[in-house]
Amino acid sequence: MLKLDGVSYRYAGYATLVLHDIHLTLADGEIVGLVGANESGKSTLCLVACGLAPGSIRGELSGGGLSIDGEPMAGKPLHEFSTRVGIGFQNPATQLSGVTGSVFEEVALGPMNLGLRQRETVERTNEALARLGIEGLAEREPRRLSGGQSQLVVIASLLAMRPSHLVLDEPTAQLDPEGTRLVGEALRGLAASGTAMLIAEHKTDLLDDLCSRVIALDAGRIVADGPAATVLADPKLVGLGVDPPARVRLARALAERGLDPAMAGA
Amino acid sequence: MTELRFEGVSFVYPDGTRALEGVDLEIPHGQRVAIVGQNGSGKSTLVRHLDGLLRPTEGRVLHDGADIAGRRVAALAATVGIAFQNPDRQIFAGKVRDEVAFGPRILGRDAAQVAAAVTSALEAVGLADDVEANPYDLGYSRRKLLAFASVLAMDTPVLVLDEPTTGQDARGIARVQAVVDDVSGSGRTVIAISHDMRFVAESFERVVVMGVGRVILDGPPTEVFAEAAWPVLGSTYLEPTHAARVGARLGLGSTPTEADLVESLASGTIVRPTG
Repeated sequence: MLKLDGVSYRYAGYATLVLHDIHLTLADGEIVGLVGANESGKSTLCLVACGLAPGSIRGELSGGGLSIDGEPMAGKPLHEFSTRVGIGFQNPATQLSGVTGSVFEEVALGPMNLGLRQRETVERTNEALARLGIEGLAEREPRRLSGGQSQLVVIASLLAMRPSHLVLDEPTAQLDPEGTRLVGEALRGLAASGTAMLIAEHKTDLLDDLCSRVIALDAGRIVADGPAATVLADPKLVGLGVDPPARVRLARALAERGLDPAMAGA
Repeated sequence: MTELRFEGVSFVYPDGTRALEGVDLEIPHGQRVAIVGQNGSGKSTLVRHLDGLLRPTEGRVLHDGADIAGRRVAALAATVGIAFQNPDRQIFAGKVRDEVAFGPRILGRDAAQVAAAVTSALEAVGLADDVEANPYDLGYSRRKLLAFASVLAMDTPVLVLDEPTTGQDARGIARVQAVVDDVSGSGRTVIAISHDMRFVAESFERVVVMGVGRVILDGPPTEVFAEAAWPVLGSTYLEPTHAARVGARLGLGSTPTEADLVESLASGTIVRPTG
C-alpha cells in the first residue's frame, strides 16, 4: 500500500505550490487513474508518489508525507524506493539508459542491478518482452526504435523489476491501439498479482476500461475522487480540459439532439 | 505549390532494419493527409524522406516532378517543415522567442518578418505569453506545441507533424486541430502522423494506412474507417473510431466521426441490430 497523507509540494526556486494537500491511497492490486489538464500537477504527483521528488528533483514537500506499506519514506535513500515503486516517465527517450546495445540488455539492466542471479534476470527479461509482444525487438538497438517501440521497451523494463507499486505517466501516449491493448493487459495482470498502480493518462477510454478508481486534478488539487465510471462521467471534467470516454461523449451528443443515448448502445 | 511524390521508395537502416518497401505515393498540393499504422510501420521514416533527412536506399522522392536527391536538407527545409515526435530532439534555444525565430531567420527573412512570424506562430499554438520563458521550464505538452510553432513560423508550403496530439489534453488537441485547419485554409499541405484515430477522422481528408513498410490502404476517412476496411486496419493493429464501430453496428453505413454518427442517427432510419 502506498499512501500520500495530505502532501503539498513546491519545486526548488518556485514561489507557489504545485500540489496542495494531496490525500491518496493505492491499495495492493488497485489501479487508480489520474486525469487533469496539462500542467494540473499530474506529472509532479507521479514524481512525488515514486520518491523522485524531492529525492532527486529538488523541492520542498510538506504535510504528512509518503509512506509505503506503512513505513514513512521521508529521508530514505533512492535505492530503497527502486524495488518498491517503479516509475515510467512520460517521454520514453528520457528513460532509456543509453548504456545498452540491445533491447534485451536494456530490459535486463534493472533486474541485474537488483543483484539477481543471471538465470532469474534472463527469465524476467524474456517474460517482460513476451508480455508486451516485443520479443522480436530483443536484438534491436534501443536508440533506433520508433517512439512507440521505445515506450513498450520502457514498460517492459519496469515489468522486469516486478515492483510492488508502479507509477506511470502517460504510458500509452505514443502507442498504437494494439500496443495500448497489450500494455492494458500486462498492467491488469500485474494488478492481479498484487501490484498497486497510479496511471496518469489523457486516454480516458483506457482508464474507463482499466481502473477501479479515478482521481481528477485541477491546479494541483484533487477535485474528484471516486469510482471510475462516476468520475469519468462527471460533467465538470470537460471544464477541467479532460476529454471524457467516447461512450460518454456520444451519449451527451445524442442527448443534445433529443435522442435516447441507450439507442446507440452508448 | 509543391506536389510530393514517392516512387518505389525503399529504405534500410544501417542496422539492417528494412523500414520501407517500394512505397509509391503522390500528395497533391494543399491536401490534408494523415499517415497511420502500427508502431514501427515506417511512418516517421517515410516523412523524413520529404526533406532529405533520410535518403532512399532505392527509388526516388520528387518535389514538383524533380528528384530531390541532389538537394541539401537546408534547401529542402524551406519547402518542407517537420515537427518531430519528440520535441526535445528539436529544441535548443534558451528562450522561446529565439527558438521560434531561428527558422525564419535562417531562411533569410528580415527582422520585421521574423518578429511577425514569431508572434503569429506562438499565438496559433497558445504560447504568446511565454515568449521570454526558457523552453525547458515548459511542460512536455507545451514544449511539443513550441516545436510545432517553430516549424509553423517558417511558413513552408508543406507542414509535417509527427504525432502532434501526443501528450495534449482536450484543449491542446483542439488547438492542434485549429492550427491544421488554419494552415490548410491558407492553401498549404498538411501531413500528420497519428495514432489518434478520432483526430485523423475529424481533421483529415485523406488517410494513408501503412503496414510494415508499405502503403496498404489509402482513401478518405469514410472509406478507410468503413466496415469493409476493418480487416486491413486490423492487420496493422489499428482500430476504427468508436463512432465508426457504433455506426456500423447500427447499420448506418460509414460514420467515421461522432458528428457523422449523430447526424446519421438524427436524420436516418435506424436498422436495429439483430445480434
